[in-house]
Amino acid sequence: MAANNVKIDVHHITRVEGHGNIKVDIENGVIKECKLEVVEAPRFFEAMLKGRPYDEAALITSRICGICSLGHQMASIQATEDAFGIKISEQEKLLRRLMNCGEYFESHVLHIYFLAVPDFVGAKSVLPLVNTHKDVVIQALKLKRLGHYIGDVIGGRLIHSMATNVKAMTKIPTAALLQDIIAKLEDAKLELTKAIPIVKSLKLPHFERETEYISLYKKGEYALLEGNIFSSDTGETSYKNYREMTNEYLVDHSTARRAKHHRDSFMVGALARFNNNHMWLSDRAKEVAAELGLKAPCYNTYMITVAQFVELFHIADDAIQAAKDLLNMNLKLEDRSFPVKAGTGVGAVEVPRGILYHEYTYNDKGLMEKANCIIPTGQNLDNIENDFRALLPTVLDKSKEEITLLLEMMVRAYDPCISCSTHILNVEFV
Amino acid sequence: MSDTVAKKPRVAFFDFSCCEGCQLCAIDLTTEQLLDLINVIDIVEFREAISEKSDSYDIAIIEGSITRDSDVPRLKKIRDTAKIVIALGACSMIAGINALKNFQSKNDYQKAVYPEDPNKYETTTAKAISEFITVDAFIPGCPIDTGEFVRVVKNLVLGKNLGIPDYPVCVECKKNENVCVYEKGIQCLGPVVRAGCGARCPSNGGYCFGCRGLIPEANLHSQQDIMQKYSLSFQQMMEKFKLFLQRSPEVFQDGSK
Repeated sequence: MAANNVKIDVHHITRVEGHGNIKVDIENGVIKECKLEVVEAPRFFEAMLKGRPYDEAALITSRICGICSLGHQMASIQATEDAFGIKISEQEKLLRRLMNCGEYFESHVLHIYFLAVPDFVGAKSVLPLVNTHKDVVIQALKLKRLGHYIGDVIGGRLIHSMATNVKAMTKIPTAALLQDIIAKLEDAKLELTKAIPIVKSLKLPHFERETEYISLYKKGEYALLEGNIFSSDTGETSYKNYREMTNEYLVDHSTARRAKHHRDSFMVGALARFNNNHMWLSDRAKEVAAELGLKAPCYNTYMITVAQFVELFHIADDAIQAAKDLLNMNLKLEDRSFPVKAGTGVGAVEVPRGILYHEYTYNDKGLMEKANCIIPTGQNLDNIENDFRALLPTVLDKSKEEITLLLEMMVRAYDPCISCSTHILNVEFV
Repeated sequence: MSDTVAKKPRVAFFDFSCCEGCQLCAIDLTTEQLLDLINVIDIVEFREAISEKSDSYDIAIIEGSITRDSDVPRLKKIRDTAKIVIALGACSMIAGINALKNFQSKNDYQKAVYPEDPNKYETTTAKAISEFITVDAFIPGCPIDTGEFVRVVKNLVLGKNLGIPDYPVCVECKKNENVCVYEKGIQCLGPVVRAGCGARCPSNGGYCFGCRGLIPEANLHSQQDIMQKYSLSFQQMMEKFKLFLQRSPEVFQDGSK
């Protein structure tokens, strides 16, 4: 029987980062209420930063989020470098690429295998899969561990790395460890190749809604750590113009700022990156995309997970190249001194779940006067809501449980990171 | 199911105000560590990673600080349900980075982040969970160390000494044969902060900023003497203490309020 009246109330949706609720109320086939409440406690990071010295900015902001910890550090040190006019060395760029690979492996593998996949195999979590798909679980643990291992070797630690600092790392890896990373990444690509049939077998819901896709952009590169901002609607603009691309705004019934650009919502994250920059993926990543039927432009939200899987191949290739380049250099601990001056700077990076901005204003003593952080999940929230609204009318013939699962899977597909609780908090959109 | 399986303590994970990084570290397990843990415990709730939920558990592992009055009943309910409560990480144990905002007035930090409507969101002084409930064990750090986590949980279940050191980070730092951070002209809280991290920060070009909390009966005067010896000011020391140690009454008088 068609479900003309459906009430859905998922309290603290599981297998996402942070606390959120889904609330849907459909009466006589009409959507009365359709919202994703974010009920994370506000933490006031931007206020905490006030008056703190520039070299604590990354230390503090990394604690915004465990899973995007390194992404916040990268955006943070770039904003500080931008404010002080610091140029980083080739060695530093390569080390950051490797470190970033660590975060993507940790985050994407966790999302794909532990958070997203259980839905497709009818499991509540990865735990029952320890019995039914032990080899896959062990593979996932190994791949995730690799992310932490790279973080340990390059940054002292993946989560809240202490070696990742303004201008230069305070640690350099030995050649033997770089060779080990290369070997482990080559092995990881083989492991991932074994998982292609599993990803291929996932029955992704058929749902398409074209939207605006926003990502970092640097011609010739699959941009992750540097570049300008690109919109599939309006093209390229300087990273400095991030406020124009996000247009944060408040609505009466919302407890957080929302973001919009050219339309009423946009998407950031793996699928947006793929749609905008797929031509610059590594050859192997392109092959895998083709094998999995991921073709740009792709408008199926549920394919975000597949785009993440494809990205892992690219990121492994990119990190292998970075490690090889580092092996050909004479690595040394770099001088970290620079003149401090008053000024404002912007950092824009792609973290696993989308584009992240930090903007800082320092006084002439290098103390923080103003900070602004705009997180990807906040940018995606309106788009998730619009996806809900587009999906619901097409699935009303399904049971309440099936509809709930489809909505949960949709939220999970975005790989939201609700803990990234800077000022975009307590979102409630109706 | 065999008897031994049925007897395994049921473990649930919960989180309050935090980055959930400690829970990520708790699942950053090697295959051996995972199997090791699954042998001694039964995970029944872990919202970040699994969908299973349970109202009955023996051990509650709690990450995060309390920053809203409305979170207190949930915390107390967890305490009432669990036989053993473990505070996981700095936010839970000492309020961690969350308490950095406590140095500003509520009005100031609310206005800084939500200028349009400062009072819109419920918030209050960030506190450690032990300021509301009895905590049986803690796993320090920001983030925690995965090895220490596995060891503490196993030791707890097996009734052994938890093995959390009471000596300062300096001991481990010296073992690692590091050049003292002070010799580089940088302040470091290693002399008064709890070891167990392997002096990870000073060993990787950083300095200790106290995420594991003070050692018992920490001698803050000698810390001050060291600062003076290296021409670093009392003010510089206090600024670094602010990062993680606002709730320590030994350092900040209003810390336990």
